[in-house]
Amino acid sequence: MTLTPPALALEGISKRFGPVAALDAVSLRVEPGQVHALLGENGAGKTTLMHVAFGMVAPDAGTIRVHGNRAHIGAPSDAIAAGVGMVHQHFTLVPAMTVAENLVLGGRGLLHRDAMSARVSNIARATGFALDPNATVETLSVGAQQRVEIAKALAREARILILDEPTAVLAPAEAEDLLQWLRGFARAGNSVVLITHKLNEALAVADTVTVLRQGRVVHSGAAAATTARELAVAMIGEESATLAAQQMDSLPPGGQSHDSGPENAVLAAQRIVVRDLVGRIRVRDASLTVRAGEIVGIAGVEGAGQRELLRALAGRCEIASGSLQRPPHIGFVPEDRHHDAVLLDRSLTDNVALRDAGSRRGRMPWQMFRAHTRALVHDFDVRVPSLGTTMRTLSGGNQQKLVLAREMTEPADARSTDLAHAAAKTLIVENPTRGLDVRASADVHARLRAARDHGAAVVIYSTDLDEVLALATRILVMRDGTLSEVPIDRDAVGRVMLGTV
Amino acid sequence: MTDAITPFLAATIRTATPLALAALGELLVERTGLINIGLEGAVLAGAFGALAGASLGGVAGGYAGAMVGGLLVAALFALCVLVLRADQIITGMALTLLAVGATGTMYRAVYGTAGAALHAPTSGPWAIPGLASIPVVGEALFDQPIVTYITYLLAPALAWWLARTHGGLALRAIGERPDAAVAAGIAVRKVRALAILAGGLLGGLAGGTLVLAQAGTFVENMSAGRGFIALAIVVLGRWRPLGVALGALLFGAASALQFAFQAMGWAAPYQLFLAAPYLLTLAALAGAMGRARAPAALGRPI
Amino acid sequence: MPSGASCLARSDVWASTETRARAARAVLFPAGGVAAIVASIALLLMVGGYDVPRALAALWTGSVGSWYALTSATLVRAIPLMLTGCAIAIAFRAGVFNIGAEGQLLAGGAGATAIALTMPGAGTGALILALAAGALAGAGWAAIAAVLREKFGVLEVISTIMLNFIALYAVSFLVRGPLQEPTHAYPQSSTIAEGVRLARIPGAGRLHAGIAIALIVVLVAGWALRHTASGFRMMAVGESPSAAASAGLIDVRRVTTLAFVASGALAGLAGAIEVLGVTYALYEDLSPGYGYTAIAVALLAGLDPWRGVVTASLFAALEAGAGAMQRDAGVPSTLVAVIEALLILAVVAAQAVRVRRAGVSSDSAASAREHAV
Repeated sequence: MTLTPPALALEGISKRFGPVAALDAVSLRVEPGQVHALLGENGAGKTTLMHVAFGMVAPDAGTIRVHGNRAHIGAPSDAIAAGVGMVHQHFTLVPAMTVAENLVLGGRGLLHRDAMSARVSNIARATGFALDPNATVETLSVGAQQRVEIAKALAREARILILDEPTAVLAPAEAEDLLQWLRGFARAGNSVVLITHKLNEALAVADTVTVLRQGRVVHSGAAAATTARELAVAMIGEESATLAAQQMDSLPPGGQSHDSGPENAVLAAQRIVVRDLVGRIRVRDASLTVRAGEIVGIAGVEGAGQRELLRALAGRCEIASGSLQRPPHIGFVPEDRHHDAVLLDRSLTDNVALRDAGSRRGRMPWQMFRAHTRALVHDFDVRVPSLGTTMRTLSGGNQQKLVLAREMTEPADARSTDLAHAAAKTLIVENPTRGLDVRASADVHARLRAARDHGAAVVIYSTDLDEVLALATRILVMRDGTLSEVPIDRDAVGRVMLGTV
Repeated sequence: MTDAITPFLAATIRTATPLALAALGELLVERTGLINIGLEGAVLAGAFGALAGASLGGVAGGYAGAMVGGLLVAALFALCVLVLRADQIITGMALTLLAVGATGTMYRAVYGTAGAALHAPTSGPWAIPGLASIPVVGEALFDQPIVTYITYLLAPALAWWLARTHGGLALRAIGERPDAAVAAGIAVRKVRALAILAGGLLGGLAGGTLVLAQAGTFVENMSAGRGFIALAIVVLGRWRPLGVALGALLFGAASALQFAFQAMGWAAPYQLFLAAPYLLTLAALAGAMGRARAPAALGRPI
Repeated sequence: MPSGASCLARSDVWASTETRARAARAVLFPAGGVAAIVASIALLLMVGGYDVPRALAALWTGSVGSWYALTSATLVRAIPLMLTGCAIAIAFRAGVFNIGAEGQLLAGGAGATAIALTMPGAGTGALILALAAGALAGAGWAAIAAVLREKFGVLEVISTIMLNFIALYAVSFLVRGPLQEPTHAYPQSSTIAEGVRLARIPGAGRLHAGIAIALIVVLVAGWALRHTASGFRMMAVGESPSAAASAGLIDVRRVTTLAFVASGALAGLAGAIEVLGVTYALYEDLSPGYGYTAIAVALLAGLDPWRGVVTASLFAALEAGAGAMQRDAGVPSTLVAVIEALLILAVVAAQAVRVRRAGVSSDSAASAREHAV
């Protein structure tokens, strides 16, 4: 039994956001030389806890100790000074600046270009990362940017490294490399806190595992002493764990997918080229056909062009060349809900009425919209305090359900007497369950499958490979602007994503 | 011909000085991602402050008063936008209207509604020995009020500070990606507040220049849109100090040109000359906006 | 795909919930608001060392203290204010910061004058044409800034203010040049023939038929914003251009341009009505700053044209009373401009605080960010 104090000890941390208790007397001990996985589903409080450790959020109660000494961490600068570094889910790099500039950001005094470059080289040597001091961050790939983020933390001499869902944006092989690197970093005497919602990842790399659920610690112990099942039950409860396991088991067997020709094609793209907002070509030469009654899954690392592809397919942006046949009404559920899909401070009815508002003429049939909204809320089980509230008051899961409901149904107009939804024929969804808890995610998946069963053509893109594998009847991998069809098999997909076929 | 160049250059510099001061101040603000439309208000408040200060303490008091006036407007802007999170554009607009109303009211209250022209002490030009003797340009560039020399030094100083210090790097980072600055441990709100105050101080100084180094008096609304023109100059100068200084010179030259045309007897209606700076601003903005790369976080709600 | 022409994104300040609390506030606010305004004026007067009772009495008699004051000072001013206020409301709702109502009003006045002078004898037909010309001229003036915004990405805040100055000098040129009255002695246009004027309402002093036009226009505008697809699109674009484009498949450019031009038309109409109903000629100082006061009118009305009628009347009363205050008690009339500006700040700050309290951050990332920037 060693008496060295933990590298990082959080004791009795509590935090409320309004009426919601995000953290309730949470304690965490990270030992030196170890990788500590912080598990929990979305919304369990993992990120909040680490934000407290990094000084971005002030706790209502509790103390922080670094190497046994009480530390007052009121701002990120305090955390950095105490040797804590954090790699966030959404990178905190300045895209327009160089790697060197990003690395030294936050310092004092004069900038010495040569000294900065030398510093970058030193860190590159120490970590084994390839870092070009003068490269502009926005030109780097996602994986490379993440390495710069890590380097940034290490440049400030972090001995305790916190990573928030780092593998979410990486291809399987890249994720493997990262996890191995983290193990090595820990063995060298440092500490790693890995925030993740992926069980297998935690078991594969961590020495200790702590599970948070609804703001409380429900499990904490050595990784070797527990099983995936035990952790799953701790994360989401007995019933849900069983349900999730059943869903995973019902994956379609691997094998060639069927390409039965162009009949029934609802959406067809031939050799389309799409540019992004700045004019760069993002989709080089993509062709695909989507038929009624199938779910086409698109896998790929972020930045491979899927964003532009989806929007082109959904008719939200122009194609530069090639041809595209699509139906007039396509439902589109974008990833950034708050920014692209809803009007947060308007009523639910206003949000429902938003669909296809661009082509509406004449009067707004508010009575019809109110009835339609009521129907959607009921049929899709959206929990709302009242129909008159604003979108902002809904939880993430309920917001997503309402968006899905809106996009999946055509609003009844004066001609139709059936206020119940006539199913939309085409649906395109992007990372549909990002930020949602297990139950809401399962709900969304069920809706998508139901849409497929009712004859809709669905295209889904997700950075979560498991989600794509679980839902898709066919899988296409997007890499560097082109699409290629692959068998529904994790390894095959992973290899094509990285181009190591 | 050469004897027309010197007065032309001198007029250019004279017109450009207050524009450059105000624009350099706004440049700092905009590089942190904020837009202060209240700059016009700061300039006007500075002009009135100069009058008030000069009546108490001569030219030095005048410049002090000018800076105080500008700082007051800036402080209000910082309060509303950084603390109360009000909309930047509307706040700026309201502050300009407030400055117009307040300076007008105070002017009338103290100096009477007859609007008699008052005389404020002016700081005459101070020739730099040696430099002022350079043929053609010497007299124009180096026989100017001290505040002009300060402006000459300010632009390159700001350029150096932005590019070569951590402070400058931090300020630029805030304007590009505030979240990154936060994560790097930079006190974003503090830096923004300081930038706003600096902008107000320089804007007030610009107003003070109008009174103390040029007109020698205060007139209601005497800023006449210079603050807005300065906003355009920031864009024209691509958010870089040296570019902004150049932009201010361009405007100064255009203004000086119109006097030259008038002197030469062009038969255009005089209103065209009065409207020229504003037309020029429109043209400059139309030409510049597309190619310039604004700080990425500029104008985003905070 | 929208290419982010204007680098400004409107903040989500115009929260709009349809709760009963808001309805209650709508009734309480005018009463409380008026009291607050009067209190602020009294405070400023005290600070300035003025005779407060005398000044307030002048404020009262000059605005609503007599039938004549009410009709000929206040309501006459309320007409251009409710129209320009409506103009601002439409523009701001769509996310267009049209600060150029002043210039658009002048353009409208000039346009109406030009038409009215070229067809003096034609009666009501000419009147209607002149009004239409005014609206068209205002729309055209706004279109300049709209094109600059959409094609060149020029911030409309700056361009519309520039255009205000340019309009002023243009009118100055017109009334000393092409449109000047025959004796060439005064900087104004010829007087408009009686047949082309907006008739005065009998028994109501200087109040003229323009009030009917203004009320009808505002009524229709308010209805259109609530009940037409076009109005809905403007609201959506103002709330979130990205969501409007992506979720609503709305052509953001077309909607903002339409709002901009419609806004200009309303301001131009206000100018036309001023010329045809009040001044009967084109002057340089046709507008004592209506275009800027309109901003306060619109904001205080929560960008709602119908509520704008009330706030317009309030500001009209203030400005009418301010003139009397200056005459009788020596209080500079610019004090009202100070009050107006403070009101705008109060409204915007209060809105922001309210939205922030309502949208309590529900996750730590947002909370962390909020406290840092």
